[in-house]
Amino acid sequence: MKLTGSQILLESLKCEGVDTIFGYPGGAVINIYDDLYDSSINHILTRHEQAAVHAADGYARCTGRVGVVIATSGPGATNTVTGIATAYMDSIPLVIITGQVPTPLIGNDAFQEADICGITRPCTKHNFLVKNIRDLARTVKEAFYIARTGRPGPVLIDLPKDIQVNTLEFNYPETVELRGYKPTYSGNFRQIEKAAKMILEARRPVLYVGGGINLSGANAELLALAELTRIPVATTLMAMSAFPQRHPLALGMLGMHGTFCANMSVTECDLLIAIGSRFDDRVTGRIDSFAEKAKIIHVDIDPTSIKKNVAVDLPIVGDLLDVLSKLKESFDQKTEQLGVFREQLREWQSDIETWRERHPMAYQPSDTVIKPQYVIQKLREFSNDDAIITTEVGQHQMWTAQFFSFSQPRTFLTSGGLGTMGFGLPAALGAQVAFPERQVIDISGDGSFQMNSQELATLVQYQLPVKIVILNNNYLGMVRQWQQMFFDKRYSQTVMELPIDFVKLAEAYGAVGFNATQVDEVETVIQKAFATPGPVLINFKVSREENVLPMVPAGKAIHEMVLAS
Amino acid sequence: MKHTISVLVENEFGVLSRISGLFSGRGFNIESLSVAPTLEPNTSRMTIVTTGDDRILEQITKQLNKLISTIKVVDFTSKDFIARELALIKVATEAETRAEALRIVDIFRAKVIDVTPKTYTIEITGAPGKINGILELLRPMGVKEVVRSGPVVIGRGAKGVAG
Ligand SMILES: Cc1ncc(C[n+]2csc(CCOP(=O)(O)OP(=O)(O)O)c2C)c(N)n1
Ligand SMILES: [Mg+2]
Repeated sequence: MKLTGSQILLESLKCEGVDTIFGYPGGAVINIYDDLYDSSINHILTRHEQAAVHAADGYARCTGRVGVVIATSGPGATNTVTGIATAYMDSIPLVIITGQVPTPLIGNDAFQEADICGITRPCTKHNFLVKNIRDLARTVKEAFYIARTGRPGPVLIDLPKDIQVNTLEFNYPETVELRGYKPTYSGNFRQIEKAAKMILEARRPVLYVGGGINLSGANAELLALAELTRIPVATTLMAMSAFPQRHPLALGMLGMHGTFCANMSVTECDLLIAIGSRFDDRVTGRIDSFAEKAKIIHVDIDPTSIKKNVAVDLPIVGDLLDVLSKLKESFDQKTEQLGVFREQLREWQSDIETWRERHPMAYQPSDTVIKPQYVIQKLREFSNDDAIITTEVGQHQMWTAQFFSFSQPRTFLTSGGLGTMGFGLPAALGAQVAFPERQVIDISGDGSFQMNSQELATLVQYQLPVKIVILNNNYLGMVRQWQQMFFDKRYSQTVMELPIDFVKLAEAYGAVGFNATQVDEVETVIQKAFATPGPVLINFKVSREENVLPMVPAGKAIHEMVLAS
Repeated sequence: MKHTISVLVENEFGVLSRISGLFSGRGFNIESLSVAPTLEPNTSRMTIVTTGDDRILEQITKQLNKLISTIKVVDFTSKDFIARELALIKVATEAETRAEALRIVDIFRAKVIDVTPKTYTIEITGAPGKINGILELLRPMGVKEVVRSGPVVIGRGAKGVAG
């Protein structure tokens, strides 16, 4: 039997195991929406295409599956761009399907035409314009394969309207043949042996771990390796949930707002073992003094990450799951040497403990105003270990990373690479769709919340019980902090002049809202929110000019931190 | 340092902009780029001349390889290779310089492919250095226009580059 292009698309998605799509209709995808009308695939209608992409992204980050988006041509497609760039920077697997004007009209400035393949070329792992219905099923197959394998990333399929209505016999290909795409999964055995040797020769080693651990699902392997060797673990923002933060080997976050202990350990180490991390400038600070005394081993599935920002003594290209397992196997053969090695780490461990005690992650508590850090600690106390936390971007994001103490993989979803305000609420929406039974909390700022607050409607419509926590300082706080520290407190355009009644806003959408202005309200309002079914917004009036510390000023080395007094 | 890179790519929609976008987006520099189909179906070969230190060149080759549309990347710089470029040169000629122009054409084994009372149009192929050489000699007569193809390169010996 012949199917239309739009039916072929949906059948292909089913072959890929897709059960949920986030999207928004329009003229150029109306045929697809007609077929979705009685399809078994679940469609979540967000209130903005950017939010649809962030929602699919949140869904992908917490499940490890490919998130799927549909948007119409022109403005629908261009609205997805920030979402796609966000996913691209953090290597999140997505397939975005955009409608396009009919093929004969392409290039004519037709109504709602945009060259979305051209626009998204630098922020997708790959993209396709389907010009013939014969290519459609294969293109979907390739798109999913590219999105989820190797270093994952978003892939866009631009589907002209005439292809959606043409008909063809449906045949889903079983295999993918891409001449130009063959990721390396298996780490080179000899390189791994060399790594083992370098590690055994080190006296002050540090594991510097990034988001790749979550992406590869190598959390258990990382933990096993760290525990076997007793090498301490510094984590990037993207990896805060990749290694249990209360583990004695956890140094916490490193970089611009990292712990004193992590930054000092990296500065003083003699061997830096970078695993699925990419030496981002927010991590390294001044690059020439980053881990200056150390030899560097860099393990990553993406060869372009290696030696991009720093010289590396030992590169290993491969899937972290494979490389870390092999490394552990190698150590299992070297019990005696490993025993000596661990003995010799004692001095290093005591240095680290000294740093840890000298400047623990701390803040000045208060009885009179709500400290944002206190709210984060209380949220941790009253939420489950498997609660999924999303954030927006700003001070609240950093406090969450610093104070939440994540313990389970894929529980912290944040826009690390692009730093996209407005990410957290739709990402929480997507996470809640993936895990209806788990607690999902968006920790937000008053500024960021307004970038996608329309998604309250989606939460209410689908009764997604996301808890939204606004740490309201009436400032674009992170920018204000920079202005305070580096621009003589000239708060140019960072004061949110208009006080917004967020509780009323929540209520207008049919959600529940609470205000908390007093310190002693914090615990009760959090408990009340968790006890309330459906979406709940809590607006915490927090101390306005609190700063995120420690902080490495731009251009400084990471040991040159401004510390909390 | 100057590097000459051959890139085998899928001959498909948008591939040239993927490559050129990669160079401009990452601040790599392109001195010349030429592209045409090969004998293998759906395959084109690009020759890119670029400059950069070792670290940049390593990034360029890795980033090129990372593109899904890229099948193979060969940096010829440290290899034994032959480079050839085509140039078309329109040179002003007066009665008294015509003979000299023809002598230069002869020496460089170039060809005059179009003649007007005031100009010769010359076709020359050769290593980029040879083209620079003839231009140097023709310049005093008044070169009105030069079109260069940018070099294409091929390795010496029996082995070829294939996807
Ligand atoms: C889309 C976008 N625009 C601008 C910025 C720059 N920016 C970074 S943090 C920040 C302030 C965020 O304010 P808010 O959400 O209230 O969080 P706070 O820092 O106050 O906790 C801004 C404007 C950004 N990251 N993303
Ligand atoms: Mg704020």
